[in-house]
This record gives sequence, C-alpha cells and structure tokens, in this order.
Amino acid sequence: MEKIGSPLELEKLTKSIQGKKKKEKAFISICAGTGCRASGSESVIDAFKEEIKFLGLQSKVRVKVTGCHGFCEKGPIVVIHPGAIFYQNVEKEDVLEIVSETIIGGKIIDRLLYVDPTTGKKITKESDIPFYNKQRRIILGNNGKIDPTNIEDYIAIGGYSALSKALFRMIPEQIIEEVKKSGLRGRGGGGFPTGRKWEYCRNAKGKPKYVICNADEGDPGAYMDRSLLEGNPHSVLEGMIIGAYAIGSKVGYAYVRNEYPLAVKHLEIAIKQAEQYGLLGKNILGSGFNFSVQISRGGGAFVCGESTALMASLEGKPGEPRAKYVHTVEKGLWNKPTTLNNVETWANVPIILNKSANWYSKIGTEKSKGTKIFSLVGKINNTGLVEAPMGMKLHEIIYNIGGGIPNGKKFKAVQTGGPSGGCIPEKLINLPIDYEKLTEAGSMMGSGGMIVMDEENCMVDVAKYFLKFLTEESCGKCVPCREGILQMAEILEDITKGNGKSGDIELLEEISTVIKDTSLCALGGTAPNPVLSTIRYFRDEYNVHIKDKKCPAGVCQALIQYSINAKKCIGCGACLKQCPQEAITGEKKQPHTIDPEKCIKCGACYDACKFDAIKRE
Amino acid sequence: MEITLNGVKVQVEEGWTILDAAKFYGANIPTLCYHEGLSPYGACRLCVVEIGRGGRSKLVASCLHPVREGLNVRTHSERVVKARKMLVELLVARCPQSKILQDLASSMGIEKVRFKPKYDDCILCGLCVRMCEEQMDAKAIGFVSRGVKRRITTPFDIKSEKCRTCGACMYICPACQLRCQGPKADTVLCSGCLNISPSCLEKYEDTMCYMDPCVACLKEKEGNKKDVKKKN
Repeated sequence: MEKIGSPLELEKLTKSIQGKKKKEKAFISICAGTGCRASGSESVIDAFKEEIKFLGLQSKVRVKVTGCHGFCEKGPIVVIHPGAIFYQNVEKEDVLEIVSETIIGGKIIDRLLYVDPTTGKKITKESDIPFYNKQRRIILGNNGKIDPTNIEDYIAIGGYSALSKALFRMIPEQIIEEVKKSGLRGRGGGGFPTGRKWEYCRNAKGKPKYVICNADEGDPGAYMDRSLLEGNPHSVLEGMIIGAYAIGSKVGYAYVRNEYPLAVKHLEIAIKQAEQYGLLGKNILGSGFNFSVQISRGGGAFVCGESTALMASLEGKPGEPRAKYVHTVEKGLWNKPTTLNNVETWANVPIILNKSANWYSKIGTEKSKGTKIFSLVGKINNTGLVEAPMGMKLHEIIYNIGGGIPNGKKFKAVQTGGPSGGCIPEKLINLPIDYEKLTEAGSMMGSGGMIVMDEENCMVDVAKYFLKFLTEESCGKCVPCREGILQMAEILEDITKGNGKSGDIELLEEISTVIKDTSLCALGGTAPNPVLSTIRYFRDEYNVHIKDKKCPAGVCQALIQYSINAKKCIGCGACLKQCPQEAITGEKKQPHTIDPEKCIKCGACYDACKFDAIKRE
Repeated sequence: MEITLNGVKVQVEEGWTILDAAKFYGANIPTLCYHEGLSPYGACRLCVVEIGRGGRSKLVASCLHPVREGLNVRTHSERVVKARKMLVELLVARCPQSKILQDLASSMGIEKVRFKPKYDDCILCGLCVRMCEEQMDAKAIGFVSRGVKRRITTPFDIKSEKCRTCGACMYICPACQLRCQGPKADTVLCSGCLNISPSCLEKYEDTMCYMDPCVACLKEKEGNKKDVKKKN
C-alpha cells in the first residue's frame, strides 16, 4: 500500500472503496464482541466461513467479523445484508440453514428472529428492535458495519475524513474552539470539558507534549471502552491524532488493560494499518504533521485508571496517584504538558468535526452534550451496551431499551458509575441522566456502568461489595482511603453479620465525609459514594439490619432463616431433593420441615418450591 | 506574593508550599509523613488545610499545595480539625503502640477510638522509603502490593544487596517508638496525658510535655475548658 499523500488522494481512495462495497451486496455481519464470543460466536464464524467456502460463494458473500453490536443478551448475533435481517442466539448448528434458506433462498427463518416481549411479534430488521431504535448510536452504531481489523472498512464509512479536514482546513485553535463549542465532556467519569482541557494543554509551557488514551477500564460490569477499542479502534485513533494536532503533540500513548487482549490486538493492527496508509507516523496525509502512538499495557490495577496513577505507571513507576495541585495539562507525563482522555471521548472527536459542533451540541441537555454509552447489566432483560443521548430518563433506559426486570420482579435501584458511583432508587426513576443530575442524586456518571437491582438485592450488601472491592483496589498510599475504607467495610461486614450497633450509620457518615474531604485522589474522594447513597435512600434497610437483625431482601445469610409454611406445602419433595445438607425432612404428601441446625441458607429449596411454601425471613 | 493565613494577610515567596508559609508564620500544622529533608509525599493527610472561601472551599494537603496569589488558607477550621481527628483515630486503630500517634491523639483531645484495632507495626508513611532513596542513595526498600495488602519491604522479601544497614530507616520511623509503658499500655488509646494531671509546673518553670501550651495544667487551674480557649 502506498501512503496517502494528500486529502484528495484520501477522497479518491474512499470513493473507490465505496464503489467496490456497493458491488458486494450480500454480506453476513457476525458479532465477535466480548459478549458474543462468550456465548460461542467464534464457532459460528468458523461454520459460516466453511459453509460459504464449501458452496463456492466467497466472491458473492462476505463474512464480516465485527465488534460488539451491543445486544449482548441475545448473542451470538448474526445480521444478514442486504435487508439487515437480525438473527439472535445463533448456534453453529443453525449456520447451514441460514446459508441455504436466507442467503441463497432469500427466506427468513422465523425461529431465529427477535420476539418483542411486549407485543409478542417477531421482528426481522435490526433497526426495528426496540433495544436499538430507542437508542442514538452515533458512536457505537458503526461497530456492526465494519471489520475492526480492516482499515478500508473504516475509510468506507467516511473514516479519517475528519482528520483530513482538521489538518488541511482548520488551524489547531479552530479545532479546540469547535470541540469547546460542541460541549463535549470527559467520558471517563470526571466530565471535564474536553475543549478546555485541550486549550490549557496547548497554552501550557514545556515540550514535548503528550496525548494519552485512557483505556484502563476497570469498573465491575463496564465494558464500553473495551467494545469500542475492539470494534472500532480507528475512530479512537483518529480522535487522538486530531487531538494531538490541536494541542501540538507528536507522541501519544494508549494505556490499555492487559485483561483486554483483543482490544490490544485490534489497536495494534489499527496502528500498523494507519501507518501503512500514511494516516499515522511521519508527514500525515502530506501535511507535514508527525504523530505516533504507542500501546502500553496496564498491570491490572483499578487505580491506574486515575490519570496521575496511569501516568506514573506509563513512566514505569508503581501506579500510585499524586496530588494534582498542578494540573496534568501543565505537568503530566514526565512532568510535561499532557492531555489524557478516555476512549469514548476520543471516539467522539471525529464525529464532532465531521458533523459540526452545532449538530453535536443539539444532542443532550444544557450542560451535558452528546451521547453516552452505558453498559446495562444486572437484573435486566436486555443486557448489553446502550448508547443514549444525555438527558434520557432512567425509566426509558431501563424499560424501553433495557426491557425491564426479568421474572416480573420489582425494580429497586440502579447503581451507576461503578465503585465510585452510587445507587439511584426507584423514586428517582424519571431522573434525566446527565453529569449534574447524577451527581445531585449522590451518584456519578463514572465510565457509564449501570447495574440494575431488583427487590432481591440487599442495599447494605451492595455497599459492602463495592467497599470490599475498593479495599483491595485502593493504592494504599493515603490514610483516609486505605484505613478509612477498610474500617467502613468492616462496619458494613458487622452489620450484615448481625453485629451492627446503633451509631454505626452515623459513624459511616462521619468517616465518609473525611474520606471525601481528605483523600489524595478521586478514587478515595468518591469511594464512600456507594455507602452514602444507599444510606440516603435506603436508611430503613440499614436500620432493620442493625436493630431487628433482619435482611428484608433475604441476602445477608446471617440474618435470614428458611422455614416451610405447612399450609402451602403439598409435600411434593422438590425442596427435599435439592437440599445439599439433608436439612429437610417429611413424608410424601405431608408438609415438610427444615432443620435450622443443619440449614446452610443456600436458598436451593426456595428456588425449587413451586408453591411459594418456603418462607425466607 | 500575598496570601491570607488564618485571617491575616501575609507575604509569602513563590515556590513555597502552604506548609512552608504556615511554618514561617508559626501556624502549627501537624504532620506525620512530612520531613524537611525529603520530598513531600502527601500520604498521611494530617497537614490538610482549608483553602478557598464559602461553599467553594476544599481541603488540600499543605505539604504539597503551592502558595498562589490571594489564596485564603485556614489551618485550623472546624472542617480541618474534624478531619485530622478522624485521621488520627484511624491511624491509632492501625498502630496503637506508637508513641507519636498516641501523643497526637492526646493533643487533639481524642477520647476514644471507635474502630477495631489492627496492631500493625507500620503506618506506611513512606518516610523510610524516601530516606533510603533520597538521603542514603540506596533504594533498598520500597512498597509492595496495594490496598490493604500494601507494605514496605526489600525486593522479594530477602536481604537487599543495596542495604548498608545504616539504620536511617529506623531513625526516621515515627511508628517505631513505643508509647509509654504506663498502667494503660495495653489499651487502644492511652489519652494518659489528657487524664493524668501533669505535675511539671510544680517542679519546673516551663511545661515539660508536648502540649503547647500544656492544656492539662491549665485545665486544673482554671477548671473550665472555655476559659482556656479565651486565655489562648
């Protein structure tokens, strides 16, 4: 491949690739994102390739292995073009039928279609499925269209045209102005205005300057950055190059979790291809601008997602944060001006330049613009990645896109923002989701994790889970974070074990205030949020744990007891068979009983009983 | 450059930290992980001060925060004192046998520790690590692990070839010095100096204990805490 030497050449190349693509009408887009891989999409891909080869259809039908489509609950996902026919939960046994019926025969296979749970109707097209058509997928939408390991796929959808525009038709100040006008804010959690960050960095004294892509996504349940890097690495790369040009940097780093091998691999391929095409490296597109990107892999510490800890880790030091009284845009990596943005933030940049800041700033709320990708997980029907415009109501995300709570259970709360976020209760279900509103509600945007919880989740237990996570993942440098979180976790442990004392809640609140006030970095500064927000909205539940020694949700094992309601029990023996401890006894067709001495409170009987006869209290 | 320190406008020099300024003007900020001869570290957080005004004020570590024109600094605001007390309470729970921590607790009037004691030997202030690296040029010890598992040791937990057994780490350690072994030596909190009325002024012309001034003595004479405040 000869390097692209000018914007005109890029345009020509784009047109020629698009022309080629127009000819190839049929292709099979198979999701090979994290979720679909876990449910076996690799074997489906192999089966498709084999079948197409066997039938000699390689020249007519392309098997396109793409990144995450978002609807992980229904994986592996296969979309057949033309027509965008959406098949869900495809297994390798289905492949033969799909090829002969749909691809050759043009018929639709009914049993593989998505069924709308509210209407019971089958839906053929991907874009007609409520999960997709209620979203606004400006970032994630391209994942299904491109093979992430093929730069031409990205160029075909207009990739790198924003870069060409930035390099040849804009001066750095204009780019910064445009990003400022768009209202884009950091997607990693802090929500700092991106344009202003760039401006500070451009104006900062000192050379060289660095740009960093933060892909150290460590929140439990969050995988949007991973899916972007795996599914559309060039969009992130293009954003970085534009950012580097805007601030005046020649060197960039992508700090990626080592636990994301596929993201690393795809980014490596993307960098190599971009270099081959003259879109990265020396004299980009013939503009005279040089920029290179190196990948640095993280060592598995959650705290390295914090900007200063990440920079320390990049420098080869232990990943510990330092005080940011002098900002990293002035003294960051190796004490040089540094712009660090999250994966998703970078991916937003080309879109802003392509579609204009005006267009972009029309999406969202007054202070939060654009869309945000959420990973919707937990007790929710449609687990997956959801891209919603800022300001969308929580209710819409959970019910319209997420499809509500499984098994007819009642929605209780949603935990947003990962371990540093908080729980939002049912009464705030109409909360519009943006940076300010989430912070007001005692939570935060964070990287965009959304863990949905139903009536069977104990809020004290949830708080305990996150605090325990943080006792391990705090770097341990400063006293409030290391000692404070540990003591908080121990108090919560006591409460869930039935050893709670009156005054515990007040003590938790008191330590929380100090931890928030005095911690060295944002990890500690936000660590008490899960506890504070659950106390704020579920104080009664804490009180019941402490005073009555009961767990209303039936989660804290030390506080619950199983017994059988003799009136409801018909003596079917289903529970008896399930009990691993032989704690249940009883004659056939007679009410059974549980021996509390033997019971280990595993709940197997509770799940097995069809007559609602097992009491948990 | 001018800053406001506890309500008084004072001249400071560029390049100073807030702690430098406070020391220069005699405002007594407690520290634990700070040492003049070593680079500031900002881990113990005892030196926090409140900067800014009204609703926008925040706590910062004075050992690291540079002075800036017009900065409003309060070294002993209610928020600061509350935070310091909690930090010392947490530290005493970690390491009850340390004299320095018990002294700090007493001087701050901490009367009980509400947390489970851990009886650890080390408070992870990192003074020894910096001493070894910066003054002894040895880098024989360092931190390993993170979170609750964080500790200080030599590489691979074996005797380091870099170590010259100079003992500087022990010299600088604030946790090594054991608290006084009086009748309450096995309790989590001593507060001995708070409860036992010192007899120093009966014997000496100056108070002999750490307090500045010795509150306990005044307490006995005046009998009333509020009067003590006024007098100071």
